[in-house]
Amino acid sequence: MQFLNGITLLLVYQLVGEVTVRLLGLPIPGPVLGMVMLFLTLMIRGRTPQSVDNAATALLSHLSLLFVPAGVGMMAHFGRIADEWLPITLALLLSTILTMVATALIMQLTTRWLAKPAGQGGCKDE
Amino acid sequence: MNNPGLLPDPGLKDIWVYLSASPLLGLTITLVAYGLAYRLYLRTGSSPWANPVVTSVALLIGVLVLTGSTYDDYFAGAQFVHFLLGPATVALAVPLYQQFSRLRQLWLPVTISLICGVVIAGGSSIGLAWLLGGSTEIQMSLAPKSATAPVAMGISEKIGGLPSLTAVLVVLTGITGALLGTKLFEWLRIKDDTAKGIAMGVAAHGIGTARAFQVSPQMGAFSGLAMALSAFATALLVPWLVDLMAALL
Repeated sequence: MQFLNGITLLLVYQLVGEVTVRLLGLPIPGPVLGMVMLFLTLMIRGRTPQSVDNAATALLSHLSLLFVPAGVGMMAHFGRIADEWLPITLALLLSTILTMVATALIMQLTTRWLAKPAGQGGCKDE
Repeated sequence: MNNPGLLPDPGLKDIWVYLSASPLLGLTITLVAYGLAYRLYLRTGSSPWANPVVTSVALLIGVLVLTGSTYDDYFAGAQFVHFLLGPATVALAVPLYQQFSRLRQLWLPVTISLICGVVIAGGSSIGLAWLLGGSTEIQMSLAPKSATAPVAMGISEKIGGLPSLTAVLVVLTGITGALLGTKLFEWLRIKDDTAKGIAMGVAAHGIGTARAFQVSPQMGAFSGLAMALSAFATALLVPWLVDLMAALL
């Protein structure tokens, strides 16, 4: 029953998110607004209900599985991918590497610069 | 899986006709393929090269091509798994909330890295695809590729890409990040799990996060956090970036 409550709550937040986005013509996807609203609810309540925690853990621990049907969609796009394989492969590969490297370096530098120098334990390097 | 053309028995053929029209088969083979792929992954000592998404996608495409099934038939069943990406996105609020105290300490570095990362991901994929002669449709389908699937598909639709192609590119991006991430950090001598996690989540969303959790719980938590925040940032920044680049290119 707890799992059911948790998953129901996640779906309710998604539904409210989707409806709000459409009603107000917001530029963000419904599930993202649902996530923001759930986050604000948790902040206000000051704790995560066990049911929501269980449902979230179950979904997020098998996150890779959820991408499989979309990945199989490759077979429906073989033609287009074959036609433009060079820009697709190179742009995807180089852009992913660039994003990963730049983000990691920026995070490392800004943490060092901006972290309070007074020996605060939160963000020291190992 | 049997090839319907090779079945001599009309009874079996009837069963095949029934099954291929029902969502049961698509859903079941997705779960079975993932189960096998995950077992292989554990067998190889969690080698990133045996990423369960890669193996199960390859396995499923193989089975579908051999049985002459279409993607639409398959997706009639697999959509139930695909659908869960929506509630999973909402569920990201939970790790986000649990890491909030760490986030509050690091909010400025995280915000700066996140905005830079999202702009670099969107800008470089549009720019590179444009340089290499990709069509506008491809550029727009690539632009949100570092965000998690439902978010990226929603953005792709808004900016003139193909949502279903974006979904494929999102998966390929996640796999690329999961495969190369730890090696890249090693070469760059980045040892801080916080920085590694943020970079993994921004560049390679959920598939990268799954990989990050194997390295350390802290890297995983920060990757999940970055994935959640970058889903939000991508939705806000990429449509604006597309307009800006359209004016420039």
